[in-house]
Amino acid sequence: MTEPVDIPKALSGTGSWLDDRFGGARSLRVLLRKVFPDHWSFMLGEIALYSFVILLLSGTFLSLFFVPSMTEVVYHGSYVKLDGIRMSEAYQSTLNISFDVRGGLLMRQIHHWAADLFMASLMIHMLRVFFTGAYRKPREVTWLIGVTIFGLGLVEGLFGYSLPDDQLSGAGLRIFEGVLQGIPIVGTYLAFFLFGGPFPGNSIVPRMYILHVLLIPGLLLALITAHVFLVFHQKHTAMPAINQTDRIETGQPFFPYFIAKTTAWFFFVFAVCAMLATFAQINPIWLYGPYTPVAISSASQPDFYMWILEGALREMPAWEWNFLGHTVSFSVLIPFAVPLTVILGGAAVWPFFERWATGDKSYHHANDRPRNAPVRTSVGVAAMVFYGVLWAEGANDVIADKLQVPLYTVTWIARFLTFVGPAVGYYATRRICLGLQRKDRERLEHGLETGIIRQLPSGEFIEVERPLDEEERAVLEAKKVPALLPAPAAEDENGVPPPQTRGLMGRARVIANRAFAETVVVEADGHGNGHGNGHGPEEHAAVGTAGDGHAELPSGGDGPDGESGGS
Amino acid sequence: MSDREEAEGPEVPEGAGVPEGAVAPRRVIGTPPATPPLLPGEEAPEGRGGRGGPGSRGDQVLAQAAAGDGEVVAEGESEERLPAVPEYPEHARNAEKIVALCFTIAFLAGCGFIAAYVGLEVHSVDAVFRSNLALGLSLSVIMLGLGFGSIIWVRHLMPDAELTEHRHDPRSTDKERAAFAEYFEEATTASQFVKRPLVRRTLLLATLPLAAIPIVLLRDTGPQPGTSLRHTVWSPGRRLLVYGTNQPITPAEFSASGGMITIVPDGYTDDPDALAKATVIIIKFRPGELQIPTRYNGTTVIGTMNWTVDNIVAYSKICTHVGCPVALYEQTTHHILCPCHQSTFDATTGATVIFGPAPRPLPQLPLTTDAQGYLVARSDFTQPVGPSFWERG
Repeated sequence: MTEPVDIPKALSGTGSWLDDRFGGARSLRVLLRKVFPDHWSFMLGEIALYSFVILLLSGTFLSLFFVPSMTEVVYHGSYVKLDGIRMSEAYQSTLNISFDVRGGLLMRQIHHWAADLFMASLMIHMLRVFFTGAYRKPREVTWLIGVTIFGLGLVEGLFGYSLPDDQLSGAGLRIFEGVLQGIPIVGTYLAFFLFGGPFPGNSIVPRMYILHVLLIPGLLLALITAHVFLVFHQKHTAMPAINQTDRIETGQPFFPYFIAKTTAWFFFVFAVCAMLATFAQINPIWLYGPYTPVAISSASQPDFYMWILEGALREMPAWEWNFLGHTVSFSVLIPFAVPLTVILGGAAVWPFFERWATGDKSYHHANDRPRNAPVRTSVGVAAMVFYGVLWAEGANDVIADKLQVPLYTVTWIARFLTFVGPAVGYYATRRICLGLQRKDRERLEHGLETGIIRQLPSGEFIEVERPLDEEERAVLEAKKVPALLPAPAAEDENGVPPPQTRGLMGRARVIANRAFAETVVVEADGHGNGHGNGHGPEEHAAVGTAGDGHAELPSGGDGPDGESGGS
Repeated sequence: MSDREEAEGPEVPEGAGVPEGAVAPRRVIGTPPATPPLLPGEEAPEGRGGRGGPGSRGDQVLAQAAAGDGEVVAEGESEERLPAVPEYPEHARNAEKIVALCFTIAFLAGCGFIAAYVGLEVHSVDAVFRSNLALGLSLSVIMLGLGFGSIIWVRHLMPDAELTEHRHDPRSTDKERAAFAEYFEEATTASQFVKRPLVRRTLLLATLPLAAIPIVLLRDTGPQPGTSLRHTVWSPGRRLLVYGTNQPITPAEFSASGGMITIVPDGYTDDPDALAKATVIIIKFRPGELQIPTRYNGTTVIGTMNWTVDNIVAYSKICTHVGCPVALYEQTTHHILCPCHQSTFDATTGATVIFGPAPRPLPQLPLTTDAQGYLVARSDFTQPVGPSFWERG
């Protein structure tokens, strides 16, 4: 039983042959033994990776049959309801894939579901990375690559579902063209060059096709490879625990454990796509009919990842600016540019903003628990609310219909929530985070309630508390609090404020820093600066004057009482 | 593993990295032999005499890492070993059967997939759905069988083991950095790049047009827009044809209760490029209902009662927001609604915007009748139809 496995001659021979030539035994051993920290949320990125693999496989199959041409033909195929109808070759070949190629419909539906799964898992994966602070040094580039993958995925998806040239996707393209035209100065030219003339022209499908099957997937493949390589090279982050810190990591080795688990996960992702494709119809283009610019079906909705743009277009008031013979259509431009810039641009600059605000230049391998970074978590929730409102507004007609609310009311509520929602989300999340920190502190100081009531000799009843064990303590004590920048009021003996707090940027930085440094000080931690007030009635006696968390500039006499907690 | 002492090293808390299955397999089962060279059954490759036996496994990787190297263990050093057998052999035997069952099911489903592919025809909606169900179901079962088989294998057949490793910050040491900087400086000096500005500047100069070429090359992807967005194919006397039947229509044939009719221009009924701009809707009102203002927002002429015939008014069907066809019409309120983004236009007052993101009323097509009494265009639209664009003004 414990005899070492007898490795077949063929394998060991091949191994030696390869190593004689490439000398990989040393590095390969490191790879095989590589430790992978485990957490359920780490599988989200794998879903995206495997959806992409499924997209490549199913997409290759589809490309064998799809004809990317807008040449007009008259249909006489298996789907008799469209017999004699004029349509493009693209639409006809999509009908043929669905009705005349065995497995064609299954592959189309797998492809479409996998695309939706890809985008959905990317979103959730990005949220996981954001909320746990896994993007921090040294992984900023991995994060930026991820943001780029998401942006490219949006375009790839849009082009993909537009290829069949059906009524629904044609309407989407029409909107796309209208939006392009709305770009100041170059918009009209962009639209004419992309479409090869006036809409719809004969060029857009073949052009989108080559972008969809070659250029963008090539970029995605390169970026995903780089992303995964960086995860390997820099090692995966881990959720804080007794054996997961910035210095050590614990997990099962790549071979045989991780490779087997991740392969199983690939099969499950594929199984989900296959089951969806079997039981849940998606994009039945034969019901929509071929595209004509004359008609449209009501309740036209794009794929879910486009709803944010759709919702922004729907809720935007009719603002337009005419001057000097030119037109700037804000009712197109703002919905097109602003929400995605806020979300993706915000995601891209966030790690650098956080670094600037916290002055934290150290390496981070153990993640933050979301509660321990209230500003980050609250900003993340605010972004989710902002995104979610626009996303839901993208289906405002469906919402109005289902809830029997007037359509314009839904839009007005969305307009209102777009601005108020994120603010409420921010405030509420911050309170919840601090509340959870307070609970953690209580646990550290008093342990867990056991539910056992004991009577003391004096007659007093107390509840027995069990102190936390080491592992529980390690999780709670992993909390780190950003250092406090010196307050502008903290002048030196000559009355000169510290250099990094001077000027407008310096002041803004101090404000941001105070917000980031807000925390519930843990006395038992021993590193905090909260000695003396940790047990006080002041519940979250945060570092410095960030006391009540409003991150105001400290006023004179209320200066910081030292550096922040955290180590 | 039984002789493991607890991990040493100050920063490692007790019990860190201890494989969970560490308790079960005792040394009595047998001491693992010294690891053979590359793979068992081979001659030792030069310079690698194997790693001196199991050593004391309890010495953590951490001890080795403390020496400053997280790489492969050098001779004589030791590291955590994976347990050879699962904790509960009885349990593992059952798991083995289940895994085999999963893989067998996957095999059978795979055969089923091929059988369904060969046996089930397509070419009709029902047949396609049957085929889709059979193929999809069998594919799902293949994947589920493989997935469950693999995961049960990992979880219940492989002995539970975890390793603890040191993390290393990626930064190179100062020495390495200095060495790099030194060579880089040497190399740049040797390249003469810094010393010879003439070469440097002309090289940069040469790349400028090169960088522009990919953009220049895109010029012929389409014609210049020119004034084409300002015109449609409507011209004086061109007949209005009913979309679908492609028949001309007289004012009398269009009853007041008929709601909205989609119109395409005679001669362009199958030209998507023309229809994308020239598609029109006509609506007939009862006398007095229609009150088109001659001016909108003070100055812009958007239409006039003179352009209607017999209380029939024609508006562009292309939404002024982003170009969707405004396909929905509510007869009681005379509201025209765009299904894409819900811009709403009041048909009685020149299709002025009453809600939504559309910035302008739908342009009105001037109507008249020809000698046969059919509705025809009096002229093209007097302003651009469809979405805004920079040159629109």
